[in-house]
Amino acid sequence: MTNEEILAQIREAFPTAVLDVPSDMIDYTIVLAADQLLPVCRFLHDEIGMDYITDVTAVDYPEYFEVVYHLYSISKNQGMLTLKVRLEDKENPAIDSVTPLWPGANLMECEVYDLMGIRFEGHPGLRRIMLWDGFPGHPLRKDFENRTFTFKELEPTRPQPPNW
Amino acid sequence: MSSQDEMVDKELQRNIFLARVEPLANYVYNWGRKSSMWPVMFGLACCALEMIGAAASRYDAARFGMELFRASPRQADLMIVAGTVTQKMAPQVLRIYQQMAEPKYVLAMGSCAISGGIFTSYAVLQGVDEIVPVDVYVPGCPPRPEALVQGFMMLHEKVMKQSFRAMPWYQKSAS
Repeated sequence: MTNEEILAQIREAFPTAVLDVPSDMIDYTIVLAADQLLPVCRFLHDEIGMDYITDVTAVDYPEYFEVVYHLYSISKNQGMLTLKVRLEDKENPAIDSVTPLWPGANLMECEVYDLMGIRFEGHPGLRRIMLWDGFPGHPLRKDFENRTFTFKELEPTRPQPPNW
Repeated sequence: MSSQDEMVDKELQRNIFLARVEPLANYVYNWGRKSSMWPVMFGLACCALEMIGAAASRYDAARFGMELFRASPRQADLMIVAGTVTQKMAPQVLRIYQQMAEPKYVLAMGSCAISGGIFTSYAVLQGVDEIVPVDVYVPGCPPRPEALVQGFMMLHEKVMKQSFRAMPWYQKSAS
């Protein structure tokens, strides 16, 4: 089935979920409402058969964060479907995790948490994978000052060994 | 350092036999040290491939005494830091250095080990000399194996010039 048919099926099942279908994107993109992400994803996984997630990333816009998912279907030979979710809260952004549906999203959501600071609720073990727990700030946000650190100034933030 | 030299010279003036023996002893000692310096395997990034190239048959590192790259730092004399040192890896570099037994030398290979390279980033340590004392810097991105071999030769010159009376690891002070 084509992407338009998928969109029609989503609109039929979840009338309020689809906010926008931008026409100027190269890839077919559907913008969803944040609170309806998990039901729509479950619908996509079970009914439509999108069984392969290739990417979970995030974008930092001035007013909102946008979390982007790239989905494929291997069993039905379906091309890439892009889902976008906008998070208005820039202080503590949080969204449902899709890891229970697609286990491949596990480490990708950890990376988004690490570098952007977006928490994923329902994630089995959300942790910082590229940097360490005490690292000051989330580097890929636009308001993170782009600078280098010396070893001495990062030393107190590192995990300390236990005192035997 | 200069008072040490004066003390040594005074001793040498008193004792002609030792004056003859001391430079020879230094020479033999340093020759033994430089001819069999075993590096610890510490390739972090792309420079590691050039280090391997320098250790392979064309630009042989074994003819400089670096016959074996020891996997354990406890059995090595030289740490060739080849590649980008990220902030996450930096404490481990320091741990490996601390596990090496003295006398030990460090050769910083490539731009990233010298000063962070092109990566002026939050995640990259800007030069391994923030954490370990470096003896020889070999610039390049990556340095050709011949450049690394010149670095080895420079390290050998440095080792040959050292005097075993003045080396920091043989001093009695608690440094």
